[in-house]
Amino acid sequence: MIVADRKSLSEIQDMVKNCRKILLVGCKGCVTVCNVGGLKEVQVLAATLRIAAKMADRPLIVAETVLERQCDPEYVEMLKPVVNDFDAVVSMACGVGPQFLAEAYPNQRFFPAVNTTFFGGAVAHGIWEERCAGCGTCVIHHFDGMCPVARCSKSLLNGPCGGSDHGKCEISKNVNCIWDRIVRKKVEQGRLDDLLDIIPAKNWQTARDGGPRQSRREELFQNG
Amino acid sequence: MSDAFEPTIIAFCCKYCAYAAADLAGSMRLSYPSNIKISQVPCTGRVDIVHLLKAIEDGTDGVYVAGCMEGDCHFVSGNLKARKRVEYVKKTLTELGIEPERVEMYNLSSAMGPRFAEIAIDMTDRIRKLGPSPVRRQPRPVAATEQKEGER
Repeated sequence: MIVADRKSLSEIQDMVKNCRKILLVGCKGCVTVCNVGGLKEVQVLAATLRIAAKMADRPLIVAETVLERQCDPEYVEMLKPVVNDFDAVVSMACGVGPQFLAEAYPNQRFFPAVNTTFFGGAVAHGIWEERCAGCGTCVIHHFDGMCPVARCSKSLLNGPCGGSDHGKCEISKNVNCIWDRIVRKKVEQGRLDDLLDIIPAKNWQTARDGGPRQSRREELFQNG
Repeated sequence: MSDAFEPTIIAFCCKYCAYAAADLAGSMRLSYPSNIKISQVPCTGRVDIVHLLKAIEDGTDGVYVAGCMEGDCHFVSGNLKARKRVEYVKKTLTELGIEPERVEMYNLSSAMGPRFAEIAIDMTDRIRKLGPSPVRRQPRPVAATEQKEGER
């Protein structure tokens, strides 16, 4: 899923400081799963903003809604009857959400309430870790299900580097060296020789280096 | 009639411990302040951050959650989850400039009637000292200045 973290209260307050009526829009997709922008989080942020406004004796109406997904025009369309009733709309979806909203409603202002961080999963309740860098050319089959592109600090395809120290990465004692794990797993499985094959330099054009990407599926695409 | 501030305090009480302790306190004829408004929950794990914030938003002067002793939760870890949520709300209140002491987590068993009354008294004293919630407190200095200017 796409993982995000909520922006600080002061940052969100600063965005909406000139607004008297705002709409908070959550998303039932990834940000609900990573507990940052679903129904509950919308309610919490709305209550917090209302308390702050009351404390400052400032009139502020905060309306709340949650869309099935903010990355699909068919759901974004559901805001149409209400979207222009507000001074601004605050999206609690990943970075895709406010952009889809802004494209659909060009006369409204949209603010992001979260910082979108990475593609990952929950390793424990309340802890999410990066697993995919969206590089466009998956290589995890070479590394027994572990992706060095996303999980090695240098994205090395022929590791480990000299910064691997007792299973930890030199950048921080809290960061595991994924190459240490890859090598250990190869040893356990008796396939260490796999690593003698040098992987050629990666073509990063399929990643962000090739510019903004589009995925096109002709069998699904309908003209008009 | 006295002008002394009488706080409104909401207590989210677990059915298996604090609520039963409140019953026991009643049976033991122990008195505790009537400022406490009890809301029974099936487990303190049911109490969400938004419930605590809504109480504050609506002008409650203090809120507390009373669950089972740690390790004795009927649903294994509901009280531990509640404690973390209370901590989250304390942090949020601090960010908002509200005293975090207005929200608290307590643990007690159903046999602790006197402790229930003690918590109710402690919390009421604490909130009395803190004064009315700033969420509903009138911004008197500003209003007074405006009025004076208007009179001139």
